[in-house]
Amino acid sequence: MSLIKKAIDWGTRKSPWIIHFNAGSCNGCDIEIVDALTPRFDLERLGILQRGTPRHADILVCTGAVSLQTKDRLKQIYDQMPEPKFVIATGTCACSGGVFDGCYCVLGGIDRVIPVDVYIPGCAVRPEAIISAVVKLLGALEAQQKGGGKDAERRSDYSTVGREIQSFEG
Amino acid sequence: MTEYNRVVIPIGPQHPSLKEPACFTVTLEGEKIVDAVIGIGYNHRGIEKACESRYYTQIIYLLERVCGICSHTHTTAFCQGVEELAGVEIPRRAAFIRVLVAEIERLHSHLLWLGVAAHEIGFDTMFMYTWRDREAVLDILAELGGNRVNYSINTIGGVRRDIDDSLKQDILKMVDALEEQVKYYRELARSETTLAARLAGVGKLSREDALKYGAVGPVIRASGVDFDIRKVDPYAVYGEIPFKVVTDTHADVFGRTVVRVLEMLESIEIIRYCLENMPDGEITAKAPRRIPAGEVISRTEAPRGEDIHYIRSNGTEIPDRVRVRAPSEANWHAMKQMLLGQYLADVPITIAAIDPCFSCTDRAIAVNSGRETELMDWPRLRQYSVDWYKKRGIDVSSVKMPERRSYF
Ligand code: SF4
Repeated sequence: MSLIKKAIDWGTRKSPWIIHFNAGSCNGCDIEIVDALTPRFDLERLGILQRGTPRHADILVCTGAVSLQTKDRLKQIYDQMPEPKFVIATGTCACSGGVFDGCYCVLGGIDRVIPVDVYIPGCAVRPEAIISAVVKLLGALEAQQKGGGKDAERRSDYSTVGREIQSFEG
Repeated sequence: MTEYNRVVIPIGPQHPSLKEPACFTVTLEGEKIVDAVIGIGYNHRGIEKACESRYYTQIIYLLERVCGICSHTHTTAFCQGVEELAGVEIPRRAAFIRVLVAEIERLHSHLLWLGVAAHEIGFDTMFMYTWRDREAVLDILAELGGNRVNYSINTIGGVRRDIDDSLKQDILKMVDALEEQVKYYRELARSETTLAARLAGVGKLSREDALKYGAVGPVIRASGVDFDIRKVDPYAVYGEIPFKVVTDTHADVFGRTVVRVLEMLESIEIIRYCLENMPDGEITAKAPRRIPAGEVISRTEAPRGEDIHYIRSNGTEIPDRVRVRAPSEANWHAMKQMLLGQYLADVPITIAAIDPCFSCTDRAIAVNSGRETELMDWPRLRQYSVDWYKKRGIDVSSVKMPERRSYF
């Protein structure tokens, strides 16, 4: 493993920078994300910083059922992020459309537009759930990096996260 | 000045200062803003249309999610309207609980705003302070409704959760602690010269303009108009609760800050009054499934201002039409007026000062620019930098970029 790759891996693991995008949510989950960054929950202790531009970010934290209006923007923002990048769908409506499912201007979950790595259910999600999701993501990332790029293992890691959610929602 | 001195700067839809998408196109002459176009609608989900295909009880939960910050206000307005159509009188205890929750919500919303505004002017310490204090309020809401954000207190005919003695004690403890903090913020606003200097004179909106553009809530109250639905058209039990409508004459962002801080103190008093004077009894009255035909307009005072719901029923279990005029929608019209003549650096705080809520606003307006924008992806960006360095005699083409690994 080259030194640069090692440094990049270490950086992504130890200090992932996030960018937040609201794709058509009710605001509830957005506020909870900010909450997770403020003193009580203090996600920053995991090295997480919120950034203003997608060019600097590793993790895209998305809320809301994708509305037709934000669809292209979401895709654009995702495309602008450097590799390796991850997407966290925050809230029931980001996972599946939730309460807005069936509205004429709503496409559905975030995964209709971009690939999602972690789903967090809840309407609104609790900051604890956000922290847990980030920890899971970083854990899976570390396992994958240590395993020397065994993508298959990592894939199963994510699908576990996915399955848990399915069972949660019944 | 001629046209070519002007610079047009697009901001958004994704931008660091606000949590929600909106697009602003400001035209500058030097540093001064001479024109502003506001593009909203990114959050349009079609809730009103969806209401036309759901039952009344389902709609409560849908309308709660118009906006996660002032969720209680929307359901109050809706339930009130439906109750009026159905001729249902809610129990007094339920009316008190509605007011109580509305005021707790106002506390959380204003604290949130104070934090965001402080962040906007680079005063992050205060941002962290207010959001810490806000947690206490959220704990109470979670205890009350089981959820921190959308707490679903209202139902047609009353409220869903009662308040017992231990919760009452908790609320009193919370407001006592919070009162101290809010008084501290009031002191801060009065004595902290840097804060006043940063906010005073920014985002001016004269009394005439505020009336002309139909601003609502703290925005119009900061321009010296005492307009508050809780006073002018009292609903629930607001008619019998003694409280003051806070106004200010600064007519700028500073005034809006002062109004919100003082309003929190009023809210605390209202909460205390409610807890003391709440009668015992039922919390729900029976409401019919089919709502008699008719139409109604129902208004509430949301933390951001006047919230109007229009409901038309056709005698079935599903409404004919539901229209929501959220407070932010009213305030947007005055936005341009506030921005003109300002410096570019004041844009974020000016926008934040109306406490815009796009989720609220965007249910009703759909904008489609249809513009194609060009995007430089990473390989192209890299090629660009390689060429740039090559021209200057440095070859970086051997440095590899991390590649997209397949995650799925
Ligand atoms: S999941 Fe619920 S609370 Fe979160 S953004 Fe969607 S509707 Fe709002």
